[in-house]
Amino acid sequence: MTDLSSRDLTGDRKAVVDAFARRHRFKWYEAIPWIAAAACYFLFENYHALGAQIFATILFALSLDLLIGFAGIVTLGHAAFFGVGAYAAGVMAANGWHEPFSEVLVAAVLAAGVGFASGLIVLRTTGLTLLMQTLVVAALLQELANKWSSVTGGSDGLLGMKIDPIFGLYRFDLFGDTAYVYCLAVLFVGWLLARNIVYSSFGRSLTGIRENTNRMHAIGAPVDRRKIVIYTISAALAGVSGALIAQTTALVGLNTLALSKSGELIIMLVIGGIGRLYGAFIGVPLYMIAQDRFSQIDPIYWYFWIGLFMIFVVVFARGGVLGVFERFLQRRRSR
Amino acid sequence: MSAPALQTKSLVKRFGALVVSNDINFTLERGARHALIGPNGAGKTSFVNLVTGVLTPSSGEISLAGENITDLSRAQRVKRGLVRTFQISALFKKLTVLENVTLAIAEREGAANDLWRPAGHHRAIIEEAYDLLVPLGLADEALRPVTELAYGRQRMIEIAMAVALKPKVLLLDEPAAGVPPRETGAIIETIEKLPGDIAVLFIEHDMELVFRVAQRITVLVQGAVLVEGTPAEIADDPKVREVYLGESKH
Repeated sequence: MTDLSSRDLTGDRKAVVDAFARRHRFKWYEAIPWIAAAACYFLFENYHALGAQIFATILFALSLDLLIGFAGIVTLGHAAFFGVGAYAAGVMAANGWHEPFSEVLVAAVLAAGVGFASGLIVLRTTGLTLLMQTLVVAALLQELANKWSSVTGGSDGLLGMKIDPIFGLYRFDLFGDTAYVYCLAVLFVGWLLARNIVYSSFGRSLTGIRENTNRMHAIGAPVDRRKIVIYTISAALAGVSGALIAQTTALVGLNTLALSKSGELIIMLVIGGIGRLYGAFIGVPLYMIAQDRFSQIDPIYWYFWIGLFMIFVVVFARGGVLGVFERFLQRRRSR
Repeated sequence: MSAPALQTKSLVKRFGALVVSNDINFTLERGARHALIGPNGAGKTSFVNLVTGVLTPSSGEISLAGENITDLSRAQRVKRGLVRTFQISALFKKLTVLENVTLAIAEREGAANDLWRPAGHHRAIIEEAYDLLVPLGLADEALRPVTELAYGRQRMIEIAMAVALKPKVLLLDEPAAGVPPRETGAIIETIEKLPGDIAVLFIEHDMELVFRVAQRITVLVQGAVLVEGTPAEIADDPKVREVYLGESKH
């Protein structure tokens, strides 16, 4: 009898541990965004430029999701790192360095540096104070870019960028064919990195910090250090996103550092669903395609419609599109 | 000669004119079962917060196994074996029972600094977490979110997480607070079953628990130690009766 029950127990043990240990494995539905992206290349040949913008922005939103959704670090200044990346790539391209991948790398390193340095200061705070401090960091950088016009072009924006063909073979064309594939490929690498982090022990500890910071202190986690690490990584990804936008549009302006840039990004993430890794893949295309359509149909009032949609999401669709979808699946399963 | 598990010397904490800890000299022996009692507002939780590093003392010294830890961070104290639980369950509510305990062990093992390998590849950690849940009767609920469990069960997870850190000194802040009477028995049992080499200091209002588990009791009143002794001594002490048990009218 005891023998039997202990055997049952070990059976349970393996089942439970397995269930827990296999969470990070790839699921079939994780292929959907990539299949969709490949399909769209052939389905919407006239929209490759927009597609490239969407992929770069998804990477930006993904980097924000690591902070807000996973580590619980709420920021209103994420554009700071996007802007640093955009200007880094832009200034290089306008001053004689034209190789795209090295520009992205420099953008990542510089943005990470700014993320690390500002993180050391702002991450000591939480809540409203943190919100204000992140906002201030972005505002400071924007003013710096404005005043330092000899390098950044100031309020006129940075012009005269020139980007070499990728691998010396694929030229950035007017239709965005190259940009589409290029941005998608970089997004894929960024997504792999983000996904790995989220499912790592480090990533789980970030979730712990989000859920209950005090408890993380109590189990001996170096909470401040973890926050700075993820802040730096997230800044690097945002910087890469900025570099992609700079390279594919050949234009960098002060708006890359603007509060509205950070705010818009949060809206996109909320629409898709925060803290789910795939919210960015849904929210960003929805928002940017809607923006593209509305700005043609109703160029003046299109923000009104987006605002109305946001209120709808917050009131009726908590957790964004993915949140609604999850609840729908749960209800069906419990039936 | 070995130093006591935990010791405070002339520990003082002031918030402006308010003194919440007044010259506390306290010794927790190795392997002790020691209770800290006192009326509401006596400064019991402040004392735990000082010892664990949540609050910084105005003056005085705290040592863990002879080592001065007064200036160490919360995390550093935990790494040295000083672990606490919370008065109100402070768990990761949306996460599963197993994940709660796994997070604690991952911290202990330093695995939580691993940015790259999936958490699931640290299989030994998950297995250890599961094995901790079995004796507490929580194994069947391992994959359920903490919020779905009764409060008494959540208190057990609280203790499981603390034990998972392999503490030398365990501070239990009202382990039975808010637990319905029929579930306190299980909590008492869990505390009694804690490994003998862990020195346990617990704050508690439930006198049944205090007198059943404690070998020594310290009474705190208005931030200062009123008296310390064995349960029998405390029960007979007239000062304690007067201040704490409210029998001054005799």
